[in-house]
Amino acid sequence: MHHKPTSVIDCDIHPAVPGNDALIPYMDEYWQEQFVSRAIGDMDLASYPPSVPLSCRPDWRQVGEKPGVSLASCREQALDKFNCEIAICNPLYGGQVAASGLMAAEVCSATNKWLAREWLDAEPRLRGSIVVASQLPDRAAEEIHRCASDKRFVQVLLLAGNEMLLGRSHFWPIYEAAEKHGLPIGIHAGTMYRYPTSSGMGWPSTYLQDYASGTLLFAAQLQSLITEGVFAKFPDLTFVMIEAGISWVPSFMWKSTKVWFGVRGEVPWVKRSPAAEIRDRVRFTIQPFDTSKDPVRVEKLIEHLGSEDMLLFSSDYPHWQFDGDDPMPPGFPVRLRQKITQENPLRTYPRLKETV
Amino acid sequence: MNETIPSPKHSVHTTSLVGIADCDIHPELKDRYGLHPYLSKRWRDHLDQYGELGFEALAGGYLYDGYTPLALRRDAWPGEGLPGSDLALMRKQHLDPNNVVFGVLEPMVTLGNGGRNLDLSNALCTAINDWQIAEFVEPEDRLRASVMVVPDDAVSAVAEIEKRAMDARFVQVQIFTGTTEPLGHRRYRPILEAAAHHGFPIGMHVGGRLGSRTASGWPSYYSEFHLYNAFAAQTQIMSLILDGVFEQLPSLKVIIIESGCTWSIGLGERLDMLWQRMGSEVANLKHPPSHYLHQNIYFSTQPVEEPDNPEELNDLFEQIGWDRLMYASDYPHWDYDDPRYAFKARISEEHKALLFRENAKKVYRIL
Repeated sequence: MHHKPTSVIDCDIHPAVPGNDALIPYMDEYWQEQFVSRAIGDMDLASYPPSVPLSCRPDWRQVGEKPGVSLASCREQALDKFNCEIAICNPLYGGQVAASGLMAAEVCSATNKWLAREWLDAEPRLRGSIVVASQLPDRAAEEIHRCASDKRFVQVLLLAGNEMLLGRSHFWPIYEAAEKHGLPIGIHAGTMYRYPTSSGMGWPSTYLQDYASGTLLFAAQLQSLITEGVFAKFPDLTFVMIEAGISWVPSFMWKSTKVWFGVRGEVPWVKRSPAAEIRDRVRFTIQPFDTSKDPVRVEKLIEHLGSEDMLLFSSDYPHWQFDGDDPMPPGFPVRLRQKITQENPLRTYPRLKETV
Repeated sequence: MNETIPSPKHSVHTTSLVGIADCDIHPELKDRYGLHPYLSKRWRDHLDQYGELGFEALAGGYLYDGYTPLALRRDAWPGEGLPGSDLALMRKQHLDPNNVVFGVLEPMVTLGNGGRNLDLSNALCTAINDWQIAEFVEPEDRLRASVMVVPDDAVSAVAEIEKRAMDARFVQVQIFTGTTEPLGHRRYRPILEAAAHHGFPIGMHVGGRLGSRTASGWPSYYSEFHLYNAFAAQTQIMSLILDGVFEQLPSLKVIIIESGCTWSIGLGERLDMLWQRMGSEVANLKHPPSHYLHQNIYFSTQPVEEPDNPEELNDLFEQIGWDRLMYASDYPHWDYDDPRYAFKARISEEHKALLFRENAKKVYRIL
């Protein structure tokens, strides 16, 4: 397999569901009737209100258009501009947060069908994530089985904020199905808002704090996955932290490992140190690169991570995480660019090799 | 009782000749009636009958039990009562051998300022404040007290601060990191104004009303609970900065206690990045968020963080700022940091002086 040295695998772009009207054709009769007769409102996530600056880079924003709805813009602004050989689509829409598990499952399923038809069929460089309803893990597993036969789906996508912490056995049917099909579990920034974004102490007053607090959610989910024994239970499963930021990770690894050394007798099923488990089994997309761009500091960060296998190239298009034409953070070591744009994604997403 | 056997591996503490400051020592009640002398009959009877109304599922115990009994040092139990309740043992185990010349009491007795019945909480806070002075600071002048206040009752909290402001034995206002809402919210502002006005730093120790501790539900294990505790501090720092507290009260100092510190480097960078995009949402901030982090926030070091390469601690502390960091022991809790052995890096004498003494003297206004 030959790759042009400059082409990249972009592990996080966001095609947007234009609205419920786009999904209704993919729903069953009952849900079509519900959505139409009740005029159920569009389901954009509060984690990414379309109008906030973070949701779309200013020079990509088009008046009167929801960010991410146009495939033509995506080609021009992202796929062509970044020289993407492949880009993985992570749709963020209401199926992942709906109050009713049944509605959630139907909207997720419709979103997957819509993505396959409207985006993957139309653009060969695109791959998809299977969005599932964590509210109903059995239905989520069924959806994974349904989509898995389409090799263009390369991972299962969950949000970071759920009704419970993701390590709990409630979610294990999802992990079992994903592992069976060789699909990593992607955990994407964003939350169901079932609990205050503050991590338990009431609601912050700003969107800025909501978004910044995402790192706490990712840390909580990682610790939950480790503590509940998910890595041991599903030895072939990889987890990808998407749009999670990176600056918090070394400090978390030190702390988690120290806690494990101190009280590991409580969780004897956790046989390896959290740092070792994370290095082997957890991956992080690089945008937002929420840390210093000073090359010395970036090298230090990579040294602290303790593995060069952990980072995956991403643009997070059309979210506003960088300016200019290159999502590669300035200061990122040249020696690792090929690794994060090609090698690491291909190892993380085995299905990419099958279809490239 | 077993004596702690120090590990001989590293010994970085050489400041004992001049003495050290410890910003986290936990005094404990002798027994469950320990506060009775400081409470009126009404509240004594109330406690005996109703106890405290908290926020978790168990009437008396902890939902997340520590990994040692009550999360305390096994060797710190006196003949009678709880660890931390016996001043003689505290002197013998910690104050004397480590030459602690200045120790800040962080009372975690009762729910204190975190209960639901605000009248009871006010009575308890006043009692705890009197109790610290009578039973610890009066007999041991190396110790200093914290003004416990009820954050959800700003009027009473301000009154309690004013009542203690002239008493130099109180060195900070204590608000646990778990508050009903993030501390930058308007309801708490009078308390912060009063603290700033009287020159009290706000000590924010882990505890209080921590709720689910995550934004995705409750943990199952102490192994999680213990780690998630640090999230509250990050929430509070973000709120204090973004809600404009330090813009309004530039002299206010906030000390983050027992919640870690190395995460603050990334937090500052992340907030600055987001501020570049969305500063318009917090238009009252004149500076990037990290400016306030470096200007107004201090950290106690326990439990000290341990990078894979221990020497990295110097670089991390450098980034946080050597003037921001203060040693704490957390005596007599299980994850106590012994000042002689806790820091696995070789720290210069100049930095040790800041870490073990000078910063605390400045922040707590000790002459």
